[in-house]
Amino acid sequence: MSLVLTHDAAQVPAGTAATEPVLRARGITKSFLGNVVLEDADLDLVPGQVHGLVGENGAGKSTLMKVLAGVHQPDAGTLEIAGEERRFSHPLQAQHAGISTVFQEFNLLPDRTIAENIYLGREPRRGPLVDTARMQRETAELLASLGVEGLDPGARVRTLSVAEQQVVEIAKAISHEARIISMDEPTAALAGHEVELLYAIVRRLTARGVAILYVSHRLKEIFDLCDTVTVLKDGRLVASRPAAELDEATLVRLMVGRTISAFFPDRVEGTEVGDVELRLAGAGNGYVDGVDLEVRSGEIVGLAGLQGSGRTELLEGIFGIRPFSRGSVEVGGRAVRMRSPRAAVRAGLALVTEDRKATGLALNQTIAVNALGVVRAVFPRNTSQARGTLPGLLSSLEVSARSMDQEVQFLSGGNQQKVVLARWLGTTPQVVLLDEPTRGIDVGAKRAIYDLMRALAAEGKAVLMVSSELPEVIGMSDRIVVMRDGRVAGELPGGAEEVEVLGLATGAAAEGMAR
Amino acid sequence: MTSTSATTTAVRRPLPEHHGSRLRRFLGTLLTPGGAVFVLVLALLLAVVASNPGFGEPERLVRFLARSAPIVIIAMGQYFVIVAGEFDLSMGSVIAAQVVMAGNLIGQDDSLILPVMLAMLAVGVLVGVVNGLATTILGVPSFIVTLGTMLALSGLVFYLTGGAATGNPTETFRDIGRGGFEGVPVVEVLPYPLLIMVVLAVFCVWLSGRPYGRTLVATGDNPDAATFSGSRVWLVKTQAFVLSSLSATVAGIILVGQAGVHPSVGRGYEFIAITAVVLGGVVLGGGRGWVLSAAAGAVALDLLFTLLNFNDVPSTWRDTVQGVIIIAAVALAGRAWRWGNRLPRALRRPEADPDSGPAADPVTDPEVDPTPPARQGTNK
Amino acid sequence: MIDLGRRRRRLDTTALVYLALLGVVVVGAVLTAASGRNFFSTGNIIAILTLTSTLGFVAIGQTLVIIVGSLDLSVPYVISLASIVGGGVMAGQTGNVVFGVLAALGACALVGLVSGLIVTKLAVHGFIATLGMGLIISGYLATNYQGNFGSAPRGFQLVGITVFGPVPLSTLIMLGCAALGVVLLTRTRIGHQMYAVGGSREVSRLSGVRADVPVVVAHVLCSVLSGFAGLLLLARTSVGSPTIGSQGGYDLMSIAAVVLGGTLLAGGRGSIVGTIGGVAIFAVLGNVMSVLEVNSFLQDVVRGLVIVVAVAVYARRAIPRRPTRFPVRAVAEEAA
Repeated sequence: MSLVLTHDAAQVPAGTAATEPVLRARGITKSFLGNVVLEDADLDLVPGQVHGLVGENGAGKSTLMKVLAGVHQPDAGTLEIAGEERRFSHPLQAQHAGISTVFQEFNLLPDRTIAENIYLGREPRRGPLVDTARMQRETAELLASLGVEGLDPGARVRTLSVAEQQVVEIAKAISHEARIISMDEPTAALAGHEVELLYAIVRRLTARGVAILYVSHRLKEIFDLCDTVTVLKDGRLVASRPAAELDEATLVRLMVGRTISAFFPDRVEGTEVGDVELRLAGAGNGYVDGVDLEVRSGEIVGLAGLQGSGRTELLEGIFGIRPFSRGSVEVGGRAVRMRSPRAAVRAGLALVTEDRKATGLALNQTIAVNALGVVRAVFPRNTSQARGTLPGLLSSLEVSARSMDQEVQFLSGGNQQKVVLARWLGTTPQVVLLDEPTRGIDVGAKRAIYDLMRALAAEGKAVLMVSSELPEVIGMSDRIVVMRDGRVAGELPGGAEEVEVLGLATGAAAEGMAR
Repeated sequence: MTSTSATTTAVRRPLPEHHGSRLRRFLGTLLTPGGAVFVLVLALLLAVVASNPGFGEPERLVRFLARSAPIVIIAMGQYFVIVAGEFDLSMGSVIAAQVVMAGNLIGQDDSLILPVMLAMLAVGVLVGVVNGLATTILGVPSFIVTLGTMLALSGLVFYLTGGAATGNPTETFRDIGRGGFEGVPVVEVLPYPLLIMVVLAVFCVWLSGRPYGRTLVATGDNPDAATFSGSRVWLVKTQAFVLSSLSATVAGIILVGQAGVHPSVGRGYEFIAITAVVLGGVVLGGGRGWVLSAAAGAVALDLLFTLLNFNDVPSTWRDTVQGVIIIAAVALAGRAWRWGNRLPRALRRPEADPDSGPAADPVTDPEVDPTPPARQGTNK
Repeated sequence: MIDLGRRRRRLDTTALVYLALLGVVVVGAVLTAASGRNFFSTGNIIAILTLTSTLGFVAIGQTLVIIVGSLDLSVPYVISLASIVGGGVMAGQTGNVVFGVLAALGACALVGLVSGLIVTKLAVHGFIATLGMGLIISGYLATNYQGNFGSAPRGFQLVGITVFGPVPLSTLIMLGCAALGVVLLTRTRIGHQMYAVGGSREVSRLSGVRADVPVVVAHVLCSVLSGFAGLLLLARTSVGSPTIGSQGGYDLMSIAAVVLGGTLLAGGRGSIVGTIGGVAIFAVLGNVMSVLEVNSFLQDVVRGLVIVVAVAVYARRAIPRRPTRFPVRAVAEEAA
């Protein structure tokens, strides 16, 4: 058996007073192109304990995790593992040092079996041949040691549910003799009963003396599982305390509370909320269900919720990318069935997608080609007119580039996003759907996009914005619709407290411990 | 986000169409693979003339271009398919099918020329539609689909002809491939194939600038983004396949005059077309390249063959030359486009932005959730 | 303990292939009987199995290359090269057989090595790299060998004609190679890495696999196996021929057999057992068509159709990216 942890840490019974930390991070600082995302962060992970890491989007959680995983190299600071200072230049080195990371996106090969995935690159051999029987047996033992039954080591990963894949990821992590396992939002895609499974596994791991770093937005999980909680805000460590000394209200207060009011532009004078432009009734597809939603002209509606709560999928449903199979959609008072993005565009919708590089832009093409992309594809007759107004449009969006024949791949994220907006504004849409419109762009560009959103509302357009940044949702929205587990969890007025939004999104307020 | 750095104050002036002087832009273009091929054509032309001074006479040059016309035309057709991210390997069989069709249906009756030519164009459209729909709607990789149509079509042609030359179309029809306007100053004869080629080139350039052409290239660059912006990717790509097999049809019409009616006419033309297109700097996988560069690639390839010919290299080495060109051009082109287009470092704006620049890597994006874009094909 | 026991088995792709083979055999036997012949006569079985052996070698190699996410279009020219080199070195002398075989296979391995390096180091897709490689070899062969070249000694020719009952020796060798290939893929580290690299280069790299190695190995093995096919053709025809490979259309046929056998064209999934099933389907198809005296060119038409339909069917079987949370009810049902 190769998987049983034989480190002395394993003898430490769970729940006892803290022993020596197995990982000690001091003064970790990381910036990207002059943008400091993590500053002077400390972290101690103790064997047999679960350490919760919380903070809003952009607080630096993922960066810290990636530094530990060897994906990023810190600009400053030290990492000590079991008293020894280490530096990682590749994720493999971190793994060999005993740190395994379970990212949100799985590093599994869907067409290989569970056993083959776990032992990839280090299959046990007898002579020149892989000892398949031993591999299967050890995988079964590994899974059994996590308390999981009924997973066939020979089953292909493709046939597994998300929760089961998560189990395999964790099994792979511990098969590397991991002393430290960090998990990034492990429950984001799990259903209620599956979360219980994860809890059980985490408890087994801690019982064996593994130190766990647990990143989650769901406060209930943090209090259910964690011994210690570290709160990050704006890249800095705000607090690191035993969970017992915290309650939900305190934790939320520690996480939020940025001074933001000045940053968001006010509603433009004379903006009038008019008729309902977009109405969903009982809309649903495979990812969202029973969604009722109205967006009126002149209104900015924020769509909040945790990762995996179905916000993006809702927009994709409205826009015909994953057409709704239930319920009805009305645009401008007329029932429409959106079966394709083209139908949506023709109905007067626009969608700025979450990932502009993957689904927003043709990176090798020029600004002009990208900005005219939608008009050319859907309304080719209007091309020359749109072409004429383009220079003015681009400059009113404050796109900073040398000329319109510059390729968009050479633009900054903010300018790329403005080009994406320009391509939609050329079609004069009535309903504008924005998915994380300010992700990964600098402050100045953010402000420009906020101004634009206000201007759109003033022109009488209906704006529906998905955002993971609470200040943005609260600062920009006239109304906030919160989603949880694929359904609308509730609605709040604009300017609501972050605590209220978080409460609805996590289910802390509504269901409490009922689950 | 936590960025504290100031951003550049926006300058409110309309964004200019271009930057740099006309000359600089021109030189910059020549540095891209799509521009460099024109320099290559010039260099090869000089080399050919050096080894055979007679070649430089306008009359002979015109005749050379007329003979290159079929290759140039299919290269332009193949361009539309490749820039959309697909392949068309059925071109050679389409040429063979059209040649045989013309040879057997027209016969010695001049009045049949027009209806048969219309029928040939219809067959071309049909093949393109089949290729396009099987690729886009059935989701079969285009090289498999077009290999399939290639096999099926050439099988059919050989079955119908028994593998031998059959049919002898009327002289009028053959003249399209080998005749021309007589008594033209300087060049004496202005061959029809050359005229057809020029007209088609003008058409292709015009089409490339139309919304369709731009959408096609953008679709090849990023099909997902194209879908999300309302393009009908299936239609756009199918149209490209139709253009491709129509170009093969026109090449077939010319080849009836130049090479006669034989089912093996057109054999290997699909690979010649692909070689020409990649030599023209068009990136396989789509999204980059100009149609005239593809045409220039075809001329360069033919000049290269001529040069080898004048230097007594056996024509059997042509395949080898083609093979080396394909590999080298594909290996180089993807990278070289970047060099040509890249701004000098000093001119790039420093920005407090984690994902600026082409090297931006999703992994280095702070706090961006690591959900990967849809799985891409491997080693592309 | 947490019980995740909930598994729904779908019909295995390989089983599907052999089911299809059975269907083709039954239909073929009926059609053959209808034309007054016996499908299961020893002579006919030998004819079918002989058809499988050459294509089988190539298809086994092609399976490996496709599993790593590449492709080999140079196989016809590699086959011709092996036949020429083998025939040239043997030059009719029994004593030269071993040298001939080694020289031929060595030349093929070199071609595969170069292709593999072009694919990995120059990052040129296998489709283009091997297309170019094939053209290069084709030019070389066409320039230096106008007609048949060299000859196989009698002893070597026996490889092509020896038969044990209804089973030709060449088929046995081919099945032996297939068995070795199965062991390679399922029981060795490099085999596991081939699947892994074909599935995702990135995941493989993060798991510590050197991603270039399996790709190069697959290309070398594919060329060597094509060399086997070339040598077998040399034994059958007794002379080396520079066009024997391209006449057979082995590039397309091998890809078709692999795809028909259920191997994913994009790489990462597939099996040699399935490929052999695909080869057998084509062999039976070809045999029945010749028994029925279908024109050989029309046979090409049928093959072309089979290929496209096979790939289309497998493309249909693709699965959605993300598991759904709610049932996706059909729109039609909703409307009703």
